[in-house]
Amino acid sequence: MSETNYKPTSAFGKWFDERLPLLTLFNGHLMQYPTPKNLNYWWTFGGILTFCLVTQIITGIVLAMHYTAHADLAFSSVEHIMRDVNYGWLIRYIHANGASMFFLAVYIHIFRALFYGSYKSPREVIWILGIIIYILMMAAAFMGYVLPWGQMSFWGATVITNLFSAIPLIGESVTQWLWGGYSVDNPTLTRFFSLHYLIPFLILGLVILHIWALHVPGNNNPVGIDLKKDGSDTVPFHPYIVIKDLFALVIFMIVFAGFVFYAPNVLGHSDNYIQADPLVTPAHIVPEWYLLPFYAILRSVPDKLGGVVLMFGAIFILLALPWLDTSKVRSAVFRPIYKQFFWLLVLDVLVLGYVGAMPAEGIYLLISRVATAYYFIHFIIVMPLLGYMEKTKPVPLSIADPIISSGSGNFAAAKKDKIFS
Amino acid sequence: MGNFFFAALFSILISTKLFAAGDAAKPIQVDWSFNGFFGKFDRAQLQRGFQVYKEVCASCHSMKYLSYRNLGEKGGPEFSDEEVKAIAASYQIKDGPNEQGEMFERAGLPKDKFKSPYPNEKAARSVNGGAYPPDMYLLVKARAGRSNYIYSVLMGYDENPPPEMKIEEGVYYNKYMAGNKIRMSKPLNDGSVEYSDGTQATVSQMSKDVTAFLTWAAEPHLETRKRIGFKTIIYLLIFSVLVFLSMKRIWSRVETKM
Repeated sequence: MSETNYKPTSAFGKWFDERLPLLTLFNGHLMQYPTPKNLNYWWTFGGILTFCLVTQIITGIVLAMHYTAHADLAFSSVEHIMRDVNYGWLIRYIHANGASMFFLAVYIHIFRALFYGSYKSPREVIWILGIIIYILMMAAAFMGYVLPWGQMSFWGATVITNLFSAIPLIGESVTQWLWGGYSVDNPTLTRFFSLHYLIPFLILGLVILHIWALHVPGNNNPVGIDLKKDGSDTVPFHPYIVIKDLFALVIFMIVFAGFVFYAPNVLGHSDNYIQADPLVTPAHIVPEWYLLPFYAILRSVPDKLGGVVLMFGAIFILLALPWLDTSKVRSAVFRPIYKQFFWLLVLDVLVLGYVGAMPAEGIYLLISRVATAYYFIHFIIVMPLLGYMEKTKPVPLSIADPIISSGSGNFAAAKKDKIFS
Repeated sequence: MGNFFFAALFSILISTKLFAAGDAAKPIQVDWSFNGFFGKFDRAQLQRGFQVYKEVCASCHSMKYLSYRNLGEKGGPEFSDEEVKAIAASYQIKDGPNEQGEMFERAGLPKDKFKSPYPNEKAARSVNGGAYPPDMYLLVKARAGRSNYIYSVLMGYDENPPPEMKIEEGVYYNKYMAGNKIRMSKPLNDGSVEYSDGTQATVSQMSKDVTAFLTWAAEPHLETRKRIGFKTIIYLLIFSVLVFLSMKRIWSRVETKM
């Protein structure tokens, strides 16, 4: 997709590029790479996510210089960062809120892919790599939340690691192996710190594969059709997409800064400013907001093993999505029924997030069961059936010319979905 | 639709913070000087608050990670160097071991951490009927209602609890505590301290002052944070306009053809 006839101009550039064609690579993939010209702002979150990853890695490296991974010292070393390290409060607030911003962006990115069918052939591998990145993000975020060794750190770690004890026969041994002892304690903290430092670099490697896989077929686009071979539907990545991504990124940074400087603790739990105490259980143990939908699924099942299976199932089912969706049409703009199911799924996940924050009793438990059921129905029943049953709208022949040759009024229908097309 | 999506998402983010414990009343909303985009602490209030902490709270509550030097730092109560030295020197701090290998007591220095009222948690519990007076340096951030909540608890005592409530020995009624019960007796009464700046030492005044002091103790860089935050956001706003204009210009080459 990104063949280039680029030749470095400087003598050193030529010399170097003949030996290691890095300049050619960058020129092909970061400058000339042909991108659909009709991408909307929902497509800017890939760049935003790259920014989030780099921000987390840089602030994380600095925090690790001042942090002490020890059950007796971790909490006070975080306070040391907040009080005595120069701008330590800023670095930590960026890192802590950065995790939330990262997930906010990744959820938008995932739902964008769901809406426009970006996971469908020939982009299945991009999607699968993305889901693996998402799973690693959750692991990294969970372990990172344990590091300050506050009450929610400790009890969150206890609840989540205990899930593995539901595995038949070997569950208890696996849990003790994860803990490095008989409960969450210092060995758990030190290994979580080690893994928390490792995972972002795994993510970075996967992100490179994700982009590589993307650059083979090229971007999907809001219309969801293949691009014309003559290149009339595309613009070079630089400067067109670069400047657009940058604009979206700056807007995103304003929201980010709003949290960091004016509401740095709104997304965290106040109990995490109490040092971990294995003898005192908090009234409500809740994970960070971005894990709440899965927490709701976990608690919706009265059986522990069943809950764990459903929770992991809810994530892993996404890997099969390219084959569960049988529709030939990619973009929901031309799928009137799917579009409604899409918004129902968005609502369903938001509802799951809401009940995940509530105590698992009474009406909340009932809602979480209905919402969990719908989540699976959406992927296992609706997606496969809809491909056969739905009457899709005529798809345009080219993105440069969105008027359908036979169309009568379809263009108007497509136009109504302006924010998504 | 897009706005709806964000609104819904953010309501989820915020809803996770909303459920308050049990039957406690909603905290009183106070218009703190440190609220808002340009919030700053009131130095005189922080100094009065420190006095309340020192003369009342400190007999039971520690402030482990605060040092006397912090009292003189920018953005805090900003006591003068001499005042900080005098405050520190008024405490006897255990130090050592010396050349003979013995621990000794000496007058406090600005670098010392606040002296704790009890040598350890067990000692604190044995004196307080089993309850542990929590360390106060992070108290404001460790409670869901933050400053408003701390102020409310100080104001929430009532000698005449609702008749249906059973109040045991050593427990006190408090409107704003979870379960409406607290193990701390009413700490502040009118005139508990005598302010040197002539401010009337009412319960409400002292509660506000000490809460402001505790807010600073929990978040000593609050003023810097808000100041840098404002500059950052202004910078980003201007930058976003410039990027937007460049973007329009660059894309005009393409859009005219469409």
